[in-house]
Amino acid sequence: MRLFPRLFAVCGLAALSLAPALALPVAAQLPGEASTVKEGLEIGVSSNEIAITSDFRGADLTIFGAIANADELLLAIGQYDVVVTLEGPRDYATVRKKERVLGIWMNTESMTFQQVPESYSIASTRQIDDLEQGPSFNSVGVGLEHLPLDPVGYIRNSGVISEFRDSYRRLKLGSGLYQRDTSGVRFVSSSLFRASLRLPANIPDGQHMVRAYLFKSGALISQRETPLRVVKTGLEQAISDAAHNRPFAYGFLCVLIAVVTGWGASLIFRKD
Amino acid sequence: MTVYLPIAELSVNILIILGMGAAVGFLSGMFGVGGGFLITPLLIFYNIPPVVAVATGANQVVASSISGAITHFRRGTLDMKLGSVLLVGGLAGATVGVWIFSWLRRLGQLDLFISILYVVLLGTIGALMLQESLRAMRKAKQNQQLPLRRPGQHNWVHRLPLKMRFKKSKIYLSAIPVVGLGFCIGILTSIMGVGGGFIMVPAMIYLLRIPTSVVVGTSLFQIIFVTAYTTMVQAVTNYSVDIVLATILMVAGVIGAQYGVRVGQKLRGEQLRALLGLLVLAVGLRLAVGLVVTPDDIYSVAVGGLSY
Repeated sequence: MRLFPRLFAVCGLAALSLAPALALPVAAQLPGEASTVKEGLEIGVSSNEIAITSDFRGADLTIFGAIANADELLLAIGQYDVVVTLEGPRDYATVRKKERVLGIWMNTESMTFQQVPESYSIASTRQIDDLEQGPSFNSVGVGLEHLPLDPVGYIRNSGVISEFRDSYRRLKLGSGLYQRDTSGVRFVSSSLFRASLRLPANIPDGQHMVRAYLFKSGALISQRETPLRVVKTGLEQAISDAAHNRPFAYGFLCVLIAVVTGWGASLIFRKD
Repeated sequence: MTVYLPIAELSVNILIILGMGAAVGFLSGMFGVGGGFLITPLLIFYNIPPVVAVATGANQVVASSISGAITHFRRGTLDMKLGSVLLVGGLAGATVGVWIFSWLRRLGQLDLFISILYVVLLGTIGALMLQESLRAMRKAKQNQQLPLRRPGQHNWVHRLPLKMRFKKSKIYLSAIPVVGLGFCIGILTSIMGVGGGFIMVPAMIYLLRIPTSVVVGTSLFQIIFVTAYTTMVQAVTNYSVDIVLATILMVAGVIGAQYGVRVGQKLRGEQLRALLGLLVLAVGLRLAVGLVVTPDDIYSVAVGGLSY
């Protein structure tokens, strides 16, 4: 079987007008190797930067990809599975737990996880749990349940780690920053697939990473990644940037506005 | 009509914020208070993160104090020297306060601490105000003359060393309690986002025996600089001053205050104080309820920063 993988990469972001399609060069295959060659995976995004305005209410990101050298028989019986993820920039995250102390609810326990993605969207051909057969999911950290959540520092009672991990995932899913769509990847032809990832309204800006994984009978056989830069634009973002990058000037401006407002009011409403 | 607050990172209804600013401005004009101790809890009730509410509240107080201070300066009821000594303590207190603020934030106990401080402070002040005004109303009904609560006798404060002469206030007083008072108010400014006039004014009158005529103007003078300084320090250390929120609140506040002053002049003092006392108690009670009611989710997530 000789398949010429054609790559379509469409970034179907509602808020943006995008280039319709993009064909990427494909590694040439040597003739005669068709039977032994490994399956390959290719993906692409039409743009590696997304500008989001402050009235952004969330959108769908569509990524097209193709499986090269797929065994048609295995493809027909659904032995290939594709998982596409979009990972946000990584940072520390602290989960805190409240308890009633002397009648008042206060944070008593906390756990900080190392370098976890601020946002995470996953789309797959099937339920990840159904897919899971080997240790490969854990080793590559695909899926919300397998995202490495390593606590910082020494945890005396290791029994609570899973409790905090579960709470972290639940809170992140609740806030929309973590999303999963078990039917988000669909085959549009025998080897061409389309993945829809949800970009939440509160998507953090910074370097995101689109990753695609190809599983054959539950085992990871190929993996691709491409960066995606999310840049927030607009006045609100400019203010937020100024507050963080030029805090002195920003603070001075805040005080100046207050002085002008207060002084102005006493001039306008002066009763003489 | 919504507006996005870039630092609080949420969309709010601009009319609600305007109304909040105008209402607090009206009350602050009516009662002659800065309004920080009302605006910060109101912002917290409206789901603004307490970190942002406190820092932005301090910024708003700058605007509301300035027009008052200018009026007192023109009338000559502002003691610059006394104000400057208070300010020395205030700036030191605000510095320590912001340090405590950041430390509590790292510990994850900031929100709780702010709420408890407000409950204690608003509860005490509200109860005292209400009690005092009710007593005055009862006395007024019986046509009795109120005893003047300013005995000329000196207390322990006046035996302290480092005495200074404050010409405008016509008082000879040790600098230690003045700096100390400024210091305590400075801490409150940076942790609670208040000017602290509602504590400073009674303390100056009853504790330091400073003539009532210069007390309000002088405290306002100190409040302007301490809140301005706190705004700067909060902006630099916690990045938590929301300029959009502050501007809306300030503009609505100074306009509301003008009408508040006019209404306040028509009402009687005791009734006014009883009303304010009730209001302060209600805000404190609402915060107290928030502390004991079981939260929707006992877990919370904070991104960034290390907290061991």
